[in-house]
Amino acid sequence: MQASLSLSLSLPPAAPRSDPAPTVFRPSALRFCGLRREALGLRPLRPAGSTWVFPSPARTPSRKTVAAVSGNGSPSKGFDYDLVIIGAGVGGHGAALHAVEKGLKTAIIEGDIVGGTCVNRGCVPSKALLAVSGRMRELQNEHHLKALGLQVSSPGYDRQGVADHANNLASKIRNNLTNSLKALGVDILTGVGTIAGTQKVKYGKVGFPDTEITAKDIIIATGSVPFVPNGIEVDGKTVFTSDHALKLEWVPEWIAIVGSGYIGLEFSDVYSALGSEVTFVEALDQLMPGFDPEIGKLAQRVLINPRKIDYHTGVFAKKITPAKDGKPVLIELIDAKTKEPKDTLEVDAALIATGRAPFTKGLGLENINIVTQRGFVPVNERMQVIDASGNLIPHLYCIGDANGKMMLAHAASAQGISVVEQIGGRDNVLNHLSIPAACFTHPEISMVGMTEPQAREKAQQEGFEVSVAKTSFKANTKALAENEGEGLAKLIYRPDTGEILGVHILGMHAADLIHEASNAIALGTRVQDIKFAVHAHPTLSEVLDELFKSAKVNTGVSPSSVNEPVTV
Amino acid sequence: MASLANVHLGTPFLPSPASLRGRSAACGVGGVAPRRAPRIQAKIREIFMPALSSTMTEGKIVSWAKAEGDKLAKGESVVVVESDKADMDVETFYDGYLAAIMVEEGAVAAVGSAIALLAETEDEIPLAKSQAASSSATMASDGPAASRPVADTAAPPSPLETAPEALSSSPPSSNFSPVAASSAHPASEGGQRTIATPYAKKLAKDLKVELGSVAGSGPMGRIVAKDVEVAAAATAAAPVSTAPPKSVSNSSAVKAPASPAIQLGTVVPFTTMQGAVSKNMVESLSVPTFRVGYTITTNALDDLYKKIKSKGVTMTALLAKATAMALMKHPIVNSSCRDGKSFTYNSSINIAVAVAIDGGLITPVLQDADKVDIYSLSRKWKELVDKARAKQLQSHEYNTGTFTLSNLGMFGVDRFDAILPPGTGAIMAVGASQSTVVATKDGRIGVKSQMQVNVTADHRVIYGADLAAFLQTLAKIIEDPKELTL
Repeated sequence: MQASLSLSLSLPPAAPRSDPAPTVFRPSALRFCGLRREALGLRPLRPAGSTWVFPSPARTPSRKTVAAVSGNGSPSKGFDYDLVIIGAGVGGHGAALHAVEKGLKTAIIEGDIVGGTCVNRGCVPSKALLAVSGRMRELQNEHHLKALGLQVSSPGYDRQGVADHANNLASKIRNNLTNSLKALGVDILTGVGTIAGTQKVKYGKVGFPDTEITAKDIIIATGSVPFVPNGIEVDGKTVFTSDHALKLEWVPEWIAIVGSGYIGLEFSDVYSALGSEVTFVEALDQLMPGFDPEIGKLAQRVLINPRKIDYHTGVFAKKITPAKDGKPVLIELIDAKTKEPKDTLEVDAALIATGRAPFTKGLGLENINIVTQRGFVPVNERMQVIDASGNLIPHLYCIGDANGKMMLAHAASAQGISVVEQIGGRDNVLNHLSIPAACFTHPEISMVGMTEPQAREKAQQEGFEVSVAKTSFKANTKALAENEGEGLAKLIYRPDTGEILGVHILGMHAADLIHEASNAIALGTRVQDIKFAVHAHPTLSEVLDELFKSAKVNTGVSPSSVNEPVTV
Repeated sequence: MASLANVHLGTPFLPSPASLRGRSAACGVGGVAPRRAPRIQAKIREIFMPALSSTMTEGKIVSWAKAEGDKLAKGESVVVVESDKADMDVETFYDGYLAAIMVEEGAVAAVGSAIALLAETEDEIPLAKSQAASSSATMASDGPAASRPVADTAAPPSPLETAPEALSSSPPSSNFSPVAASSAHPASEGGQRTIATPYAKKLAKDLKVELGSVAGSGPMGRIVAKDVEVAAAATAAAPVSTAPPKSVSNSSAVKAPASPAIQLGTVVPFTTMQGAVSKNMVESLSVPTFRVGYTITTNALDDLYKKIKSKGVTMTALLAKATAMALMKHPIVNSSCRDGKSFTYNSSINIAVAVAIDGGLITPVLQDADKVDIYSLSRKWKELVDKARAKQLQSHEYNTGTFTLSNLGMFGVDRFDAILPPGTGAIMAVGASQSTVVATKDGRIGVKSQMQVNVTADHRVIYGADLAAFLQTLAKIIEDPKELTL
């Protein structure tokens, strides 16, 4: 670490902001790579008040690890498996891979197809459609092409070809996933899994779970399905969810998208690039309610206003009737607050993107006294399932969309890995604030940690200061070379400690850029340290470089760091 | 490198020239420049578009950090402005209330022009609003969110008298919008719903087209972008050559102002109107059309025209009237095919007449041409042409035609063939009336004035025999035109 720091200092011309070396070489600079979890506002590794004690593992995990290299381990005494995972989505897959690596004999139960929502009906096929829409958008943007000196005449697309690309990608990724499980020797058990009792799982055809297996630990990873509010009639043709939309069976001339979260936003990007006109219906008062307000505002300016998109905010779609008998799709809107009828839309199609509901029915949760909350399985911060009376259920975990903590594929996978770590005796609490999220519009939006209002609220409660730094893609050479100067990166941090609270990016390749920030948060890297890291020139990563450098950290101010040396 | 910088601007709020005064003072100036007479108690300042760089001539409002009615403290960021280089937060140098936003988000304003008004006290907000409403046309009715109820009604002709009412009726709170928001909803009014696609709405706003007056051609009669473009083109362009037919000299006399010289070797993109024409023309290819021609003797018509010309009757009106009367007897030729499955029999006979205008063409419509007498029809035609010149044609005055006439006779063209406008069943191309040597009925050689007409029709609904019968009727009417003046 010292070496890496001195490297940056040995190049004074490249880093003219460096003051004479001694001040920088204070020990605090060692935080550069330090795992300072407490810096992130995490709980101590083992909460003092915890009543539950993790059972000491029967075997030495380190020895098992060696065995793992040669394949799936052998089960603990008296059990068919060390670990059974119900659901072979991205969460279950991530958990299974890590479990095998840790030497656990692992089985995964899948009632549908391997890959779950993400691979088959979510992130993966949508990325294929978005790849197409991004290119279409570029080719259609005459102004942009002209500025680059390019001439393209009348770009078009073949709908079936686009749909095939999405479908092919999904099956390719599904095969990759299946093969990686098979190669490691994970048993893939086909059927619907049900919890039969403590450390017992049944599986088989729906309603006939005829095979019972025992496992030392069980992970529920059953994911979610599209949520369709009452009053909306889904026919799969003119009124549909993302499940159908990803098949791209047709491109409506005018489509209403109910919900302006990241699913709705991505589909608006796809449909508007393929020639549809889009109307958003959002229940909250502003579009993109989950995003940092400033990013949301910019996103509206970049992704909504210039496109063939309009919107109704503060309204519920009370009733949606599919097109039939020559009539269009009818959407009855009511005011979200007063419930007064507001308007009726007549469109060619409606996409319901109002979020996702956990898929936890038929899991037999009642067998072990679990009461779901709106369908979600209640868990603690270690993904251990909590029963109706508030007690932890031993050996049962729930990860991913089914627990609702953070409904993202990679969050599910991270939770699975965290659970496997615990099973192996190494306590682990996943810091959800370090998990990035991305919306793959053109340009992309990405975020990690808190939004500015969240950070300010926390700051008020805990009595610390919050600062915000921003940089624009307009100042980035690579972005300008691509003629994609539209974009903003925003850093929310504590000026007293330099702790990174959140980073939000809207701009070209934002989804790839966010990881420098999410890694910094996960590893506890402070702004004053990461600003010395070097970025290749000219790259988009310099947007973040500049962002960190523009942050003003005064580590002398905070009373908590009074005794610490000051990096100036 | 920081491209999002906070800039303090010394110039944006210039108190003295920009200060508005109270109403009473305005009276004294005779309403010419009411804002010039200073009064210290009521201070309303203009917020100007700042010059954020030496090269900046105009700026785009990225976003308003504050809403109308918000209290502003000195040094607070009010608006984000996009210059040629970067986005900048612009701060206020004065305490007060953001009374009226004059340039909406996304709009562009020249450096130094007023973009908002700042009131010193809450009481002055309505005053500032009415000031903004009367001084800025752009801020009125820019969308449901931008409702400024009280000020709007108070603003226009006699602001001095209505202002006190506005003051007293407005709630003490600075938030006025709810008053108007409740009644602003289009769907709830009179059951007359306007269905327009998102892009059509955007275009309508950009091109300043009133959606209520646009006829929709999309599925279920919804208004699509094309309809708005056509409507905009019609109002935007002035007619070039509207001279009565058959008078070459006349038309050249009415030549439009010379358009900018064409630069050879360049590619010039279509104007909105030309784009709309292009789209329509391509669309017409999906209609199976055919043509039937007829030669009509016009001696009688020419005589009639000479007789009633002094009463303001034009040849265009005569031709339209004759056509309408023929259509009356052949409703099939006045029909159209909308969906490929059915006949749409139009209830009225509306004759659209193509008129060339600078860089395009437009088709003013003589409505109910069969029912209106020839004199009224001629007056109507003159009115339409005047309106078209003044760019004031309403959409129903150019897009409700059921049958189209196109006349190139005044250029000496003896015959041509027209393309069928989408949505109609037939169009008639009228050539010049020329003296022709003909064999008369009694077997002699004679000279008669004849013109050729050529009808293009949609064969899905109009068949050859229909057109033939229609043309026969038309020829009869024109060759014995006394019915035209009845």
